[in-house]
Parts: sequence; C-alpha cells; structure tokens
Amino acid sequence: MTITDKLRTPTDGPPARRRRPPASTGVYVVKVVGLTLIAATLVSVLPTVVATGQWGFLAVFVAVAALLVAVYSTRRAVPAKYLVPGVTMLLLFLVYPIMLTFQLSTTNYGDGTRSSRSEAITRIVGTSAVQVPGGAVYSLVVGTQGTPTAGPFAFFLVDTQTDQVFRGTQTELTELGPSEVTVADGTVAAADGWTMLTRQQVNAISGADQPLDGFTVPAGDNAVIKVQGFQAITMRTPLVYDKKADTITNTDTGAVYHPERSSSGDRSFFVDADGNRLSNQSWGENVGAFNYERIFTDSRITGPFLSIFLWTVVFATASVGLTFFLGLGLAVVLNDPRLRFQRFYRSALVLPYAIPGFISLMVWSGFWNQRFGLVNQMLGLDVNWLGQTWSARVAVILTNLWMGFPYMFLVCTGALQSIPSELKEAAAIDGASGFTQFRKITFPLLLVSVAPLLVAAFAFNFNNFNAIQLLTRGGPFSSDNPTAGGTDILISYTYRLAFGTGGQQIGFASAVSVVLFVLTGAIAAVQFRATRFLEDVN
Amino acid sequence: MSATPPDKQPDADAAQEQVLGVTGVRQAGGGLASAPVAGAAGRRPVRRSARHGVADQVRGARWWRELGWRHAVGIVAVVYALVPVLYLFSASVNPVGSIATTELVPRDFSLVWFSELGNNPQRPFYRWLANTVTVAAVVVVVQIFFSTLAAFAFSRLRFKGRRPGLLSLLLIQMFPQVLATVALFRIFSAVGQVVPAFGLDTLAGYILVMLGASLGQVWLIKGAFDSIPRELDEAAKIDGAGHAGLFFRILLPLLRPVLVVTGLLVFVSVIAEFMLASIFLRSTDVKTVSVGMYGVLLGDMSNNLGWFAAASVVVALPVILLFQYLQRYIVGGITAGSVKG
Repeated sequence: MTITDKLRTPTDGPPARRRRPPASTGVYVVKVVGLTLIAATLVSVLPTVVATGQWGFLAVFVAVAALLVAVYSTRRAVPAKYLVPGVTMLLLFLVYPIMLTFQLSTTNYGDGTRSSRSEAITRIVGTSAVQVPGGAVYSLVVGTQGTPTAGPFAFFLVDTQTDQVFRGTQTELTELGPSEVTVADGTVAAADGWTMLTRQQVNAISGADQPLDGFTVPAGDNAVIKVQGFQAITMRTPLVYDKKADTITNTDTGAVYHPERSSSGDRSFFVDADGNRLSNQSWGENVGAFNYERIFTDSRITGPFLSIFLWTVVFATASVGLTFFLGLGLAVVLNDPRLRFQRFYRSALVLPYAIPGFISLMVWSGFWNQRFGLVNQMLGLDVNWLGQTWSARVAVILTNLWMGFPYMFLVCTGALQSIPSELKEAAAIDGASGFTQFRKITFPLLLVSVAPLLVAAFAFNFNNFNAIQLLTRGGPFSSDNPTAGGTDILISYTYRLAFGTGGQQIGFASAVSVVLFVLTGAIAAVQFRATRFLEDVN
Repeated sequence: MSATPPDKQPDADAAQEQVLGVTGVRQAGGGLASAPVAGAAGRRPVRRSARHGVADQVRGARWWRELGWRHAVGIVAVVYALVPVLYLFSASVNPVGSIATTELVPRDFSLVWFSELGNNPQRPFYRWLANTVTVAAVVVVVQIFFSTLAAFAFSRLRFKGRRPGLLSLLLIQMFPQVLATVALFRIFSAVGQVVPAFGLDTLAGYILVMLGASLGQVWLIKGAFDSIPRELDEAAKIDGAGHAGLFFRILLPLLRPVLVVTGLLVFVSVIAEFMLASIFLRSTDVKTVSVGMYGVLLGDMSNNLGWFAAASVVVALPVILLFQYLQRYIVGGITAGSVKG
C-alpha cells in the first residue's frame, strides 16, 4: 500500500466535524440576491399564470425555488449544494421531456388528431351547418369591450329586411333598442361601452386559430349566425350532440352516430350502426400500447423498421471502425518522436474537427453531386452517388470517415503517448519485432483506454442525426415507401414521422423514440460490460 | 509516478481520464470531444527533448525506411483532410459563387461574398453570428460550471446514491434530446404563455433547452478531479478551508486547462447544433448560423454557394485558430497546472 492510498482512505468516510468560520459577506449577499430574484419573479409571473391557467408552470417554479432555498439556506446537505443546479436543469429539460415523450407515445397525437374530443365534436356539428333557406341575413360589425386583438368581442347585427338590431356573443343573441345603439347606413356605427373594429382589424383576427375563427352566435332551434364575407347569415345544422349518451343524432334522418375506434388504426370516428362515418374528423386520445404493437406487428412498419435498424447498426459500426482504424494508423505512423513537422501534421489533421459539423456536412453533400461534385470530378467518375441506395450509403460512411477520423487520431495519439516506453523496450529486448510489439503490447494497452470512447462514439453515431439529415435527408426514397429512405437511420426516420410533410404522426414517432432510447441504452450497456468499464467506476 | 498503486496498470489512470470523454462525444457535432482528456499523454512530457538531433543522424535509404514513408503517409492524410477545406475557401473567393464554377484551386479572387454577408437584410448573417455566440457563450459557461460543481461532488464527496447517480447520468445522457423535440416544443409553448421571453422562437428559450445538457461534461471533468491527489484536500482542510474554499480556491484553478478545452468542445458543439434550433428558432432575427445558413444554401443550392462558403469561413476561422492555439492541451493532454500523483 502506498502513501496515496493511506491518505485516501479516511476521506471516504464522513468528514470529521469541525468548527467552521462564519459565512462571508459575499455568500450572504448572493443568498439575499437569490431570494429577492425568486420572489420578484414569482410576483411578476403570478398574474399571467392566473390568466392563462398554466398552474403546472407555477407548481414547477415554486418547487424549484423551495428546493434552492432548502439546499442553500442551511449548512447541511453539502453534496446537494453542488448537484442541485445541474440536476435541476437535467430534470426540467431532459428527464421531464423524456417522460413526456413516453406519455405521448401512448396517444395518437398528430396531424388530424390535434383537437380534443369536444373541439372535434363542435367542428363536426359546425361544418354540417347549411344556410337556412329564407333565413335572416344581417349586416355585420364586430365590436370589442377590450382591445381590438383580444376582445371580448360581439357581433352587432342589423337584419337587412326588418332592420332589427341585435348584439350576438358566442353564448347569446340580444335584441337592442334604438337607445342603445347608433345605426347609420344599415350598419351599427356605435354602441355604449363598445368599440367598433375596422375591416382591417377584423381581418387581422379572422385567420385560423384567431379569436374570430369559428365565432358563432346561437340563434335558437339548432340555428347559428355565422360570418359570411362582410355579412352574417343564419345557418342550421341537423346534428345534435347528446352529452350523456355521447352520441350525435341527425334530427332530419334520425340516424344516431357513436364514437368508435377504426379497426385498423389509432383513430376514432363517429359512425352509425352500420359503421358508416359521419365525418373524417378525428381527435386526440389515449391508445395505450397501440403504437408499440404497430412497430412490432404491422408489416408495413416492421419491414422498414427492421431494415433501418440494421442499416443504423452497420452505419454506426462502420463509422466507428473506419474512423478508429484510420485515426489509429495515422497516430502510430506519425508518433515517431524523430519525425519532423509533427506539429504541422497534427494541426492539419485536426482541421476537419475544428470546422463546425453542419458546415462540413453541407459542403460534402455538394461533393457527391453527380454533375458538379468534387468526388466525380477528381476521380473522373459519373456516379449518381446520392441517387442510389448503396452508393448513397457508401457516400454517407465515407463522409463520416472524414468527419470523425481526426478525433480518433487525437485520442489514439494521446493514448499512445501514455503507454510507457519501458514496456516496448522490454519487448524489443525479448526480440519482438515492431509489428509484434504493436500487436501484443501497444494495441491491447491502447484498447483498454480507448474502448469506452469507442462505445460512446458508437452511441453517438447510432443517433447521428446531423450526418444523415444534412447529407441526404434520409434519401434516396423509393416510390413505394416515401417515409423510409435508403440512408435513413432510426433517428432521422423518427424525425420524419414526427415533423415530415406527409402527415405528422407524433404519437407513433414518440413510441419509436422510446424504442430507440431503449436500444441505445441496451447496446451501450452490453458494450460497456464487454469493456468492463462500469466495474471501474468509483 | 512512484505513488501509483502497484495493483493498477501503469496507464490505468490515463485510461480513467479518457473514459470520461464518453459524454463529451455525444455533444460534439462532428463526433469527437474529450480528445483533450484522452491526451492523458501529458503524463510523460519527456519525448519532445529527444526529438531533434536524432533525426539528423538518419539519412538515405534508412531515412526512407524509418521516417520518409511516414512523411508520405502524413502528406496523403493532410491532403485528404484539407481538400474539403480548400474547396470551401475557394468557393468563398469565387465571385460567381455557383457550384458549377467553383474549383478546388480558385481561378478568380474576390471578397465580394464577404462584403455581401452584411448587406442583405433577408439573411442577416452577423445577426445570426451574434445570436450563435450569445447562445454558445451562455451554454458553455453554465454547462461547464454546473458540470464542474457536480463533478466535484462525485469525485470528492461521499453520499448515498453516488455511484447509481453517476451511472444513471451516463444512461440519461445517451438519450438524444432531438428525440424529445415534440415534448420540448409543448413545454416551451406553455412556458411562452406565462413568460413570453422564454417561449418558442426566442433565444432565451433555446438556451434553456440546450441547458438540459448541463451535466454533459461531468464524466470528463470528474476524471480531471480524480487525477488531483487528495493530499491537497487534506492540506486545504487543515488550513481551515471549507468545501467551498476547497472547490473555488484550490481545485478550480488547477482544473483551468481542462475546463478551457472542455469549454472549447462544448462551444463547437453548440455552434454546430442544428436540429433543435431548426425547430425552435423560426424568425429570421433569432436564428443561429446553422439554421440560417442551412436555409440560405437550401434556398438555391447551386448559386448561394459563394455566400455560404464565405459565411462558413467567418464562422470556422476563429474556431480553427482556437483549436490551433489550444492544440497543446488538446493533443498533449492536461499537463499545465495540474498536480500529478
């Protein structure tokens, strides 16, 4: 046992209690400022929290503030003082999103299912409305009691035939007497307590998801008053939603529709007794493990998923393997201490690493261009590299080789230099040739120190989104499967599912994300076990 | 090295340090990081002195057999490494600025694209650059500071759940934040309702997202802490330093070289971050260079190359210079300042 070890042991137990000096004024000031900041933030966000109903935000904020106060106001919990800042950020912006992703993966959230069930019902009923034949037509002016952008708004209506004047909100229609409003040229010009909006102001709030989007005034007997151009008309729907029975009834035909999950998919629709859909409008809901079942049982998904998974493994393995061997080879060759210009070689070889990756990748994606690309020009070829699956895969791996070999070169150079030369000298004395020395001594020792980095590099490349997205965007795509491209790795495939143009399937993409997370962790665990890295953690 | 416990491999300490690169790798754009640490090489600062003089004695066929071919390999490798860089430079000084007219060796020389960078309000490059530097600076400082705090706890303090904590950190860090983009998007649209300054499409919100990786460098920095002998702690405690004094006044200064290199690697990875930025930063004014430049190049791949290349040179040049300046640390490992056991 050495001196170091003897000294090390006592600190492993709890440190002996000893009197501590009083906290310095600096620490005191930091604490006061911290508390003031927390209080000030709390006071300033409180009204907005109340207005928007984001109570979750308030709860999280208060919890974090309480944690900070608890940890830093006492002298106990010393480890917590050092861990809390980073762990808090980790929990809020990495762990919580992971949990939310897991929760999303049990829903059918995505294009066509973004609305809640009640919103969907309102929309189904609303879109079925038709103009009542001979119904009243009104001139329309929009008024506000608050601001021109936030409301509350009301329709001021003048019946074009009877000249009766009404004020309509989303809940009621009220007839107004001459004393309450000023009418000029058949439209309402002013009303007490209301500001009339100009047409520009109305246009500004009429778009999708704006306050006037879907603004309807109930007019009795299933009829509503809706905007039509600069007028308002009476419309009526035969559909009535029965909340208790959760059915929609068509009062004209007597047909009753109930919500039912379609047999093949993750969406529900209102259907009649024969299974005919009332509308293609669906809504977001819980689908349990459906998305996971789909990955492993739906043949349209399983096929591409498996082949993408295999390619992901090949891509990550080839990337790590090739960069490692090129980097190692260069490190060994250039590590001779007698070599001149060593510094120059190293400076130059580090360059690909120093250039931000997105730039390199986008430049390389131009290099593979068939007509103008540097690769074809320099090699005198005419290959449509990114146009065919296999050549595109080769291109992706070769690009990643250029991106990654400097790192491996640096790592291996460092590892080589840390191997004691005595070992090699001893081997040389025993008569080992240069190559045998390398194979029997240098390489195994180097592998011990580099293996964990190779595992990490594998995990990185397994999810190397940028390399695929910025080079090929997953392409080339075959005509029969526009969602899975030839060079797609799991993460770029998932990205397209979640954000692609062909209908976003966020629930399903989240399920793939979770599977991908589990896969990455499992593969890394196996590799770490193989390299015995985890056993050394202390 | 006399204090090295005999039951360890001579380079086991070095190995341990390198290990810590693990999480760093995830961060780095191009897939490397942690190189500095890896260069635990610094432990043997011996070689350099032996270099000159010896080389002069080797000549002729023997020179070729022992050194010459190494130069040949080195030159081929350098050419391989530099061709794309040269192309980028050539494109940036090509006044036509199209793919078809750009060659490896520039035929014309013009700085028109560089002056163009500040002229087009549709693509405010310097605004994007300022945004990027802001984000990168905040993320680097906070991430390194928080990681160092946690690394100190993991290396120097003993508490329940320390080892499981370290291992779960390793696992959690493997989850690419990209996969949680939808969740992050929802979280920040809610945050934006309460505090608009931190909502979607704001730099502050984007910075918060990036701070999810606040503990990204713990493994790497913990390795550096582990390499500082505990005798130092004892001495400091005897002198009356508390844990904060030990951390801020004794250990932190010793770690400076590691922190600088780690910071540089985080800096590069933040500059290269593309995917989350492309989802979060939509307005022209808040974009970072990666999203902004991507949009410009994608807008007209064949004719915007000159603009893109010039912008690339402006972005990459400082980073390249920093790398060269810090190369001693990056390749040679952490030699300066730290006390070796």
